[in-house]
Amino acid sequence: MKPLYNFAFFDEGSKREVRRAVLKGIAIPGYQVPFASREMPIARGWGTGGLQITLTLVGRDDVLKVIDQGADESVNAVSIRKLIVGTTGIASTDDTAEATLIQSRHRIPEVPLTKGQTLVLQVPIPEPLRFVEPSEFATKRLHAEKEYSGAYLALFEEIMKYGRVSTGADHPVTVNGRYVMAPSPIPRFDNPKMNDSAALILLGAGREKKIYAVPPYTRVVSLDFEDHPFEVEDMGGKRCSLCGATGVFMDEIHEDSGAVRYQCNDSGFCLSRRGGGKGGEA
Amino acid sequence: MTGSERLESPGPAGGAPMLRVEKLSVRYGQGCPRCLSGDPGSLERNYCPECGAVWALSDVSFEVYPGEVLGIVGESGSGKSTVMNCLYFNLEPTGGRARIGAYDGGSADVFGLSLQEKRHIRNSLLGIVYQNPTNGLKMGFSSIANVAEKLIAAGNRNVGRMEARARDLLGRVSIPSARMKDAPANFSGGMQQRVQIAKALSSNPPVLLLDEVTTGLDLSVQAKVLDLIKGLQRELGISMVLVSHDLGVVRMLADRTVVLLDGRVIETGLTDQILEDPQRPYTQELVHSML
Repeated sequence: MKPLYNFAFFDEGSKREVRRAVLKGIAIPGYQVPFASREMPIARGWGTGGLQITLTLVGRDDVLKVIDQGADESVNAVSIRKLIVGTTGIASTDDTAEATLIQSRHRIPEVPLTKGQTLVLQVPIPEPLRFVEPSEFATKRLHAEKEYSGAYLALFEEIMKYGRVSTGADHPVTVNGRYVMAPSPIPRFDNPKMNDSAALILLGAGREKKIYAVPPYTRVVSLDFEDHPFEVEDMGGKRCSLCGATGVFMDEIHEDSGAVRYQCNDSGFCLSRRGGGKGGEA
Repeated sequence: MTGSERLESPGPAGGAPMLRVEKLSVRYGQGCPRCLSGDPGSLERNYCPECGAVWALSDVSFEVYPGEVLGIVGESGSGKSTVMNCLYFNLEPTGGRARIGAYDGGSADVFGLSLQEKRHIRNSLLGIVYQNPTNGLKMGFSSIANVAEKLIAAGNRNVGRMEARARDLLGRVSIPSARMKDAPANFSGGMQQRVQIAKALSSNPPVLLLDEVTTGLDLSVQAKVLDLIKGLQRELGISMVLVSHDLGVVRMLADRTVVLLDGRVIETGLTDQILEDPQRPYTQELVHSML
């Protein structure tokens, strides 16, 4: 079949522009690099930032995995995977270990990422200080001055209100001891996976026109207080009703009968365990 | 120098000033040889007729001694709030120097420092209370968090200690403990002003800037806020700069007073002297228009 598009949809000039931003982001870990976000065949806010990074990085030998909230088969993941595969002809997989390029929304896979893999995260709001400071001019200056009391203030306010830090997702992190970064809306459970990761982590916000990065083996520390140390969601005592896994991030499922059961949020991980294939340990 | 300048009082504690402002100028516009000459006669009020530059402040100098309250009075548009905004680094002056006794022994010009250093001074050595509480507070955050914001900015990372300190300060300014976790947005104007004062005091600053703190409050609340400030000043010995167009407030609080007109200091002296025996025609008018 004669391809209808240039390889990976973009023209080469667009790829170069996005790659420049990616390189700068890798050179300054955690720093939000502005870039000329393109119009995409999906709406802004539906993963265009991640998609643009993926399309500029993908090569003919890459193996692609796309996840949305842990699932390979949700609509958003399927649409993005079809677009990338359709315009490149590369192979795709559900198996984290097999993939070289992983685009994800809101999760980092349970199987530890390895050297040579690249994780691309879709980001809705890249600015960790946006909640306390609405002006972009002001937040740029705060980053320049390493003035992050606003991020701590937001956590302090949660402790005052609820007695503990209640960030459901997107708990801010300090990258390489310098920039405070929004890790995208991954659960707190996934924050520690960013620290000293063997894989390159790239984050793209299409609507907000920002790209930033965590290079491999970079120190990533979640913000906390001396007397309220950072904690991940407690998955203790929960077991996947399908594959029996424990110690992974679970979905809570309420049956019509009123019963509650748990299930791995990372569907690729769960499937591979049930298929007896590659996977984590129970 | 104006002919009406009086003998400088050394201030209650004597010694070196806590805050020394020298030849502070704020100009809007390019300026021209005529107005840049600094000759007082070159401006029409605060406006240069030749180039159209507005001199919000021209060559304003004053000192504040440890434990002293300095009043700055003048009509609206005279540059009072501009002085405050410069001292709190909200506004960069076009000329002049300021030295703070508690920073580097008072030898460094704080306007020439890096943004980081300015932020450090603002967070740990200065406190400010604005006329409009929305400028000084995050109205949607709890009052405790508002007070703690300054502590966090100063590097504190212990929630328990910050909460205790905030509760202590809010108690001092008579915010009932049941309401300390409420947002200032749900408070009356007087309460908001008291939360601002608690926040300004949280880092134990040696210098407190008060910008029209009682304007817009009703009289009984004004009295309470003034009482509070007077009490804190006696107890903690903080140096204060008090900007007001209300001479009653200045009479009650200020040891010395500076009169501003069109961005210039036209008279300085002990508050009682200024109010009982004003020398300049404008000051006389101001004092005589007091109700």
